[in-house]
Amino acid sequence: MKINKIALTFLASTVILTGCTSTEEKDASLLDADLKTEKEVLVTSALNDASISGEQVLTQGLTADELSASDENILSQLGSEFSDPANPLSNQTILFKHDSSQIEQAFVSIVAAHAQYLLSHPQQRVMLEGHTDEQGSREYNIALGEQRAKSVYRMMKVQGVSSQQLEVVSLGEEKPASEGMGESFWTLNRRVEIVYQVK
Amino acid sequence: MMCVFFRKIFFVSFIILFSPFAHSELSIEITKGVEAAVPLAVAPFGWQASIPAAPVNLSEIISSDLSRSGLFKTLSESDMLTQPKAGDTVNFRNWRALGQEYLLIGLIDEVMGQYEVKFQLFDVFKGSAILGYRLTVKKNELRKTAHHISDVVYEKLTGKKGVFSSRIAYITTSKVGSKKRKLYKLLVADADGFNPRPVASSWEPLMSPAWSPDGNEIAYVSFENKRSAIYIQRLADGNRRKVASFRGINGAPSFSPDGLKLALTLSKEGSPDIYILNLKDQKLIRMTKSYAIDTEPSWSPDGKTIVYTSNRGGKPQLYTVSSQGGRSSRLTFNGDYNARGQFSSDGRSIAMVHANRGDYRIAVMDLATQTVNVLTAGKNDESPSFSSNGDMVLYAAKKGSQSILSAVSTDGRMQQSFTFDSGDVREPAWSH
Repeated sequence: MKINKIALTFLASTVILTGCTSTEEKDASLLDADLKTEKEVLVTSALNDASISGEQVLTQGLTADELSASDENILSQLGSEFSDPANPLSNQTILFKHDSSQIEQAFVSIVAAHAQYLLSHPQQRVMLEGHTDEQGSREYNIALGEQRAKSVYRMMKVQGVSSQQLEVVSLGEEKPASEGMGESFWTLNRRVEIVYQVK
Repeated sequence: MMCVFFRKIFFVSFIILFSPFAHSELSIEITKGVEAAVPLAVAPFGWQASIPAAPVNLSEIISSDLSRSGLFKTLSESDMLTQPKAGDTVNFRNWRALGQEYLLIGLIDEVMGQYEVKFQLFDVFKGSAILGYRLTVKKNELRKTAHHISDVVYEKLTGKKGVFSSRIAYITTSKVGSKKRKLYKLLVADADGFNPRPVASSWEPLMSPAWSPDGNEIAYVSFENKRSAIYIQRLADGNRRKVASFRGINGAPSFSPDGLKLALTLSKEGSPDIYILNLKDQKLIRMTKSYAIDTEPSWSPDGKTIVYTSNRGGKPQLYTVSSQGGRSSRLTFNGDYNARGQFSSDGRSIAMVHANRGDYRIAVMDLATQTVNVLTAGKNDESPSFSSNGDMVLYAAKKGSQSILSAVSTDGRMQQSFTFDSGDVREPAWSH
């Protein structure tokens, strides 16, 4: 918009008439005459700022519904332990406290169970997806989400899982698990999701 | 000149609804205005062209622009006793009787395939013209011309540059399909919310739009490959290049004032750090090295300083570092959360997200006095972006569970909200 500014400055410096006080209304007509003798002030250049055309459409290939279907978990293919509510593997979500990336005691056994599974299935890869609630700024939340995912990553590494099987990504507050204002929603959004990848 | 400007605060609530367009409709509501806004009348512009009526209503656009600033109260057309098109037909007594301080008139003519727009601004009490222009514009540029006229009038009467010709970039999400899948969009609209044009759309998050200083390009973060990457896209033709796709975070792009460099956040070495990418030779310089989170870099207007967010002290606070490198120093001490700083165009203040035990609000810090002024009263206000004249800060707020855009004057006295008819809108970035 630099051009615009320059042109505006130009405009401002070529004001045709200023402040000549008059007592009678009819004096205003003089202005019109003066206007006509003045050289044309072109703002074409000023208005020639980048017109916008050409959109990056990154949604080709799949419609919204097909995509949702393709997202549907591969867990059913992995084994019944992932659907048995009594098995810790059935929970793939680790929850965190506000502005914290420390794994709470209650979730240590869940991380451990997934680590054990990965140890016994060395070909299996998972994506550790870090997420935050919507409080605070978005890029800071991307960083916070990564710290959470890295906490899970480190705990799994300690248990012997190969880094080849683990990938960390943070989505910050961009993909909440539950949408709404308030602690009851936020508590579900401060999380790391262990997403099993298609082999 | 503008004698009775800021006195008290009162609340107005009028809504300007724009006609439906190709994309989501945006309405602007002034939720808090300034009392003693200056009365100004914009008479309907005359029309002398081959087609019977003007395709764009210039006086209406100018009138909405000026009233949206909160500094002017414009007269509705139906209250006008006369609608002069030329200076010699103005009867100032009529306008005085209506309590108007200023009158803007105009005439549009068709000249050699273009439009010639003449306009004059009058001081009603003195009965004299204080400004007059003749503009020759392309036929599809009438709306832009109206915003330019608003800029010229605003500057004449307030002494400050108008920002009505600027544009805003922002991110929207809406749910589509039977599975209600989220669609992320990056759009650019005129400063009045009109004319939204899509820049990018994706099933995966789009984030952090940042304008190049010349307004021709936008840098943004896209997760289209399930991992973050930073792209710079030219608005004129939609061409884009990938400038960062390292392992880990690629985020928070910010153009240097000369447009030659991009500050950004990368976590390829471990924790998120601030880097500067030279856009000419792709050379990358690491600016911070801490075990904590360092992110959200933003340049001072002279290009010498970068302000960024770090939680190295335990909580997120703002720090500054020379763009030549060196040691960082902590800038904010007030409140337990200060993030996403952005310099004003005069370099004298920094807008930020500020919280103290709870609600996240937009604050502006005066660098000379270190005074922090909290401008908003929301629960989760974020992404502040200064207007180029420094008068307003645009930000994202919550209205119920919906995300909306809002703007507040830097003195806190004027506030307006932009609401879409559907979906969430956020991360506004105001062009320079």
